[in-house]
Amino acid sequence: MKSMVDNPAEIRAGYDIIIEEIPLRSRVLDLGCGDGVLLHTLQRIKMIDGYGVELSAEGVSVCLEKGLYCYQGDIDDGLADYKSNSFDYVILNQTLQSTKKPEYVLAEIMRIGKNAIISFPNFGYYRIRMQLLLKGTMPKNRLLPYEWYESPNIHLLTIRDFRRYCRGRGYPVKRERHFNVGDGGVSLPSVAASNLFAQYGMFILDGEKYSGLS
Amino acid sequence: MKTNGILELPDDSVGIVQTEYYTFAAPPEEMRLVSGRMLGPVTLAYETYGKLNGRRSNAVLLLHALSGSAHAAGFNSADDLYPGWWDLYVGPGKTFDTNKYFIICSNVIGGCTGSTGPASIDPGSGSEYGLSFPIVTIQDMVNAQYRLVRHLGIERLLAVAGGSMGGMQALQWCISYPDMVASAIPIATSASLSAQGIAFNEVGRQAIFRDPNWKGGDYYGKTKPEAGLGLARMIGHITYMSERLMHEKFGRRLQNADLFGFNFESEFMVESYLHHQGIKFVNRFDANSYLYITKAIDYFDLKADYGSLAAAFEKVTADFLIISYTSDWLYPSEQSREIVRALRAGGIHVGYTEIESDTGHDTFLLDDRQTQRNISNFLRSQFEKHG
Repeated sequence: MKSMVDNPAEIRAGYDIIIEEIPLRSRVLDLGCGDGVLLHTLQRIKMIDGYGVELSAEGVSVCLEKGLYCYQGDIDDGLADYKSNSFDYVILNQTLQSTKKPEYVLAEIMRIGKNAIISFPNFGYYRIRMQLLLKGTMPKNRLLPYEWYESPNIHLLTIRDFRRYCRGRGYPVKRERHFNVGDGGVSLPSVAASNLFAQYGMFILDGEKYSGLS
Repeated sequence: MKTNGILELPDDSVGIVQTEYYTFAAPPEEMRLVSGRMLGPVTLAYETYGKLNGRRSNAVLLLHALSGSAHAAGFNSADDLYPGWWDLYVGPGKTFDTNKYFIICSNVIGGCTGSTGPASIDPGSGSEYGLSFPIVTIQDMVNAQYRLVRHLGIERLLAVAGGSMGGMQALQWCISYPDMVASAIPIATSASLSAQGIAFNEVGRQAIFRDPNWKGGDYYGKTKPEAGLGLARMIGHITYMSERLMHEKFGRRLQNADLFGFNFESEFMVESYLHHQGIKFVNRFDANSYLYITKAIDYFDLKADYGSLAAAFEKVTADFLIISYTSDWLYPSEQSREIVRALRAGGIHVGYTEIESDTGHDTFLLDDRQTQRNISNFLRSQFEKHG
């Protein structure tokens, strides 16, 4: 997992949708919370009870500055202690693609969260496809700003991949809210052929229903 | 500039402070210890810095480690050369900002710098307790501090904070008096000392036991077991530092020569350093107190006391900031993470950071900017929330 502190352009993606999704006074766990801006905003606007996990010490320090409770650790190990359904929302924003064990992380999220918000850069986005097709090099752009040799993104995926994965695992999808980031970081909903035209995928999963099923 | 008569004190010093004393549990109302034995009267030496606010909501209790005292900050007299043990953290504008918070620090029972301990006079016999002093636990230390805090008119502490054994006391405070603690800052600590830690403590105790001057703990007014206590301190000091710190500080450098002398005089700088630490310590510390306090640390075990860590923290309501250090091998980070996981599972607010450091267990006593920054930010938001 990478530190997300020093990459503001990427981490602000989808904040407005997430803030809209989360009801007042929810109990929220943000995995890979970076500098804590999302949790802090949720705390101010939605009066949430917020918890964060972040890999970098600097991220944790910045969170403490904002009065947030953040645990320095790797989300690939260390979710096991949370009780089932102990959060109203678990957020995994632009982090799934850099986890070492995405299957484990997703399974734990579905267990501990009544709802899960999973958002990631969509590798199926047409400009990424074009870059690979026409230039023959690994895509490097605003979504995926790293060279292949320094990228923390080790599990890249497309919207279609994730939809298929959820179906296979029996993870109930409540809503899909794929989006593009417009000027000033505003999220523009993707209306059609999202796997081709959305920069980011976002799935809201029903962890409570899943726990009931399993 | 403030002055203590000899030195000009920086503006962020609390200046000259007086140690105060509070005595309670006079017979027949003695304090019942965890062991079942009774102790009284009990005196606690304490110091305070800053002012208690009108709402009495800005009190922070500092908890010292094995060799600490009530004297956390400032100077006790005009010719006092050394400031208190956490002076780098306590003062106007510092981490524990005395312009904002009312800071309290007391010497633990069993200690030897003003609180009742083995060197105190047993009112029953009229002479020093020595080994007839009852075994005290971390819980007993906290129960005594509770009496002091109530005596000071404080119903709820904004924070309890301390490193090493001080961290153990901070954890115990949250468990023993959950309604009295708004937040806790346990640093470089553990829910139970490791076998390795107990082993080092035992070697230290054996060094004291085997000093012929120790005489079963009955050495008061006679020659003190300085060799044993000094050796115990030298062993302790090795455990407080990291291999890297020792390498950087001393390496294999020799103290006074360029060539080996081919004898057993201490030649390496690291040897001289340890000797110096040992000698410095015997002048200010009582060997019996060393035995009692290390025993209290060894006995501390929240898992054993409450069945599990989750059970121990069941009634805890405090918010936590837990700090560990990458180079601390005496209280390794994993032991802090264990506490953090149990607290998180219990739905408690906990911030945790593992600070990159080369300076080992004792980092919390040094001028570590990350430690200071995190504590100061945490305290500020706790004061906004609870103050």
